[in-house]
Amino acid sequence: MQQDRGALKSRGMASLWEYANPKRFMQVSAVLLPWMAGLSALCLVVGLVWGFFFTPDDFRQGSTVKIIYLHVPSALMAINAWLMMLVTSLIWLIRRHHVSALAARAAAPVGLVMTVIALATGAIWGQPMWGTWWAWDPRLTSFLILGLFYLGYIALWEAVENADTAADLTSVLCLVGSVFAVLSRYAVLFWNQGLHQGASLSLDKEENVADVFYHPLLVSIAGFVLLFVALVLLRTRTEIRQRRLQALLNRERMA
Amino acid sequence: MIALLRRDLAIATRAGGGFGLGLAFFLVVVVLVPFGVGPETSVLTRIAPGVLWIGALLACLLSLDRMFALDYEDGSLDLLATAPIPLEGVVAVKALAHWLTTGLPLTLMAPLLAVLLNLPPQGFVWLVVSLALGTPALSVIGAFGAALTVGLRRGGLLLSLLVLPLYVPTLIFGAEAARRGAEGMEAGTPLALLTGISLGCAALMPFAAAAALRVNLR
Repeated sequence: MQQDRGALKSRGMASLWEYANPKRFMQVSAVLLPWMAGLSALCLVVGLVWGFFFTPDDFRQGSTVKIIYLHVPSALMAINAWLMMLVTSLIWLIRRHHVSALAARAAAPVGLVMTVIALATGAIWGQPMWGTWWAWDPRLTSFLILGLFYLGYIALWEAVENADTAADLTSVLCLVGSVFAVLSRYAVLFWNQGLHQGASLSLDKEENVADVFYHPLLVSIAGFVLLFVALVLLRTRTEIRQRRLQALLNRERMA
Repeated sequence: MIALLRRDLAIATRAGGGFGLGLAFFLVVVVLVPFGVGPETSVLTRIAPGVLWIGALLACLLSLDRMFALDYEDGSLDLLATAPIPLEGVVAVKALAHWLTTGLPLTLMAPLLAVLLNLPPQGFVWLVVSLALGTPALSVIGAFGAALTVGLRRGGLLLSLLVLPLYVPTLIFGAEAARRGAEGMEAGTPLALLTGISLGCAALMPFAAAAALRVNLR
């Protein structure tokens, strides 16, 4: 650890692992946070106002189509938040960087809220379009299961008192949970045929959404990504401060 | 390892070991269902495979928190962890003992309860086969959940919150195989997938569970 950091420094490269130092992380994130928050607010305002007021109504769906600017980005972030937790959990298990574990902890509630937003907006859209608030469609069901995984993960963090034990246990749960989340996704596909339309965005297809809707959607997605980054930074900073406070209290008790 | 298996089986079957409680729970769940959904035989026939699978799953869940908790409290888990056999092996043996004392009896009892729910005759074989192939996965996944929550004060509730989402694929394929069998359809595909899940879980989950146990014993 010390050696390879030294080696990197001697080659004049800034390593990603520099930010595993809580102090470095706090310094850098203090600078980044206002920018991230500001940019995210800007993107969200532009994307949503553009999307809601300056795009035409869909010829079949009417104005309900506009919920896409909340639904698609939040669904995207709900999955990406779990991926981020998976990566940070792995980093914690392999390299034992506390900031990484705390970032995973910070991301979980944000991911859960994104899941709930995606499910709620989906239900609001589904009522006039499909004629039902909820259907046991593969995508909806997978998201519900993802929400359950988030709940279990957060509950385990809350239940274990020792912080390092909690970080270890939740990381293992995150790894196993990821495997089972993927498994559930395919099991659910086997179980029921879907009502949900195909992917709204994909890299390999020419066009899934007409350009008029597509551009504000991209801005809105950027806003959600930045919002997620800002929230995770903020929450990680809070977690680090909480950890420091706890350390101070412990020291006082020992003295 | 065989000695450990014998010991676990002896503890589980001894009075106060909780053996039979799971079976009684299964019975009660299945008996309650007709009161909830009404006694029409056509409805019961249709939902019988699913109800039996859910009942078996819940009965299995009920006894999970005892898997490591007793050994953790009296310290024998620490001894097992320092014993010359690998902790992964200990977990696998304990999951096997759990299956022998809950999964296997549940599987054997399911046909009797299926009569209460009016399962069509051709469905019995598929129900038993699907439970026999699926309940090992429930025990092994449960061992992982039990290992995660072993040191916690209110571990039991948390355990069910953690384990139930992990049970989703097993339940889907198991209940689907039983349902297709009951309706006289081809049930080989879900059964094969169910077996795959069981084997995959049996191969990999002891490692995850042992990792969690090591953290908790630290």
